Amino acid sequence: MKFGVVIFPGSNCDHDCYYAVQTVIGKPVEFIWHQDTSLKGFDAVILPGGFSYGDYLRTGALAKFSPVMQSVKEFADKGGLVIGICNGFQILTESGLLPGALMRNVTRQYICKFLNISTETADSPFTNQMKKGQALRIPIGHGDGNYFADPETLKKLNNEDRVAFRYHGENPNGSLENIAGILNEGRNVLGMMPHPDRSSEAILGSTDGKLIFESMVNALTLT
Amino acid sequence: MKATVIVTLKPTVLDPQGMTIQRSVESMGLPEVADVRQGKYFDVNIADGVSSDRSKEIVQKLAKEVLTNPVIEEYRIVWESR
Repeated sequence: MKFGVVIFPGSNCDHDCYYAVQTVIGKPVEFIWHQDTSLKGFDAVILPGGFSYGDYLRTGALAKFSPVMQSVKEFADKGGLVIGICNGFQILTESGLLPGALMRNVTRQYICKFLNISTETADSPFTNQMKKGQALRIPIGHGDGNYFADPETLKKLNNEDRVAFRYHGENPNGSLENIAGILNEGRNVLGMMPHPDRSSEAILGSTDGKLIFESMVNALTLT
Repeated sequence: MKATVIVTLKPTVLDPQGMTIQRSVESMGLPEVADVRQGKYFDVNIADGVSSDRSKEIVQKLAKEVLTNPVIEEYRIVWESR
């Protein structure tokens, strides 16, 4: 089992993700350069948080033209596990791997704090270690996390049980229906604004994020 | 050939930045400003010698596939011949 963490120019949570997988979860992990085109040997790919390409044009918009993203698409099409965290989520929507868009926070401020999210489905490779409805304490750190999708898409996400997480108690950024994370149709791609990489060790204030990585390990072990 | 691509949020999409500008303008004493929508524009120059048809095709593609996120934004192109 091998995890890969993609490094885009401007990624800044790449080492956090690497550390979480290698040290906290104890699984093999390697960095993947944005110009690489082969994902051979990887079982799960993490698109980390940060400011890829300086957030120029739109957050995540330019990363989709990275050579590695074509490979990530093919990897996802074949059922490989892909998790996009924060900027990674923005990249996934811009690349068309997930529906909708992440707009400027409704408060227009960059928000960095711990909050609670609820697990909306346990039926995914990223949430199989949680119970439906389980609350996770997990931090966000973003300026563009305001999830938007047209009513038809929202309906589809709800009907297909593809909302993975919702903000619980407060909606920090204006996201429609409090959406904090969604799955693709195949349920093998997850995008989420909160940072499991920043909440996997007690010293960071929460270990709830670890459940997401552990779910992935569990899913990969079963296959 | 030169083109200006203007990208704006769809009318159905909330624009917090525009709303903030409108509120600020109101507090500076211009309550007549009813609404502000923020957008962006791009000046695009196509190399000399490229046909007009091809230039239009290129700018359309650029506007549609790169400069705009179709989920939330729309664009219009203003053409200018040199």
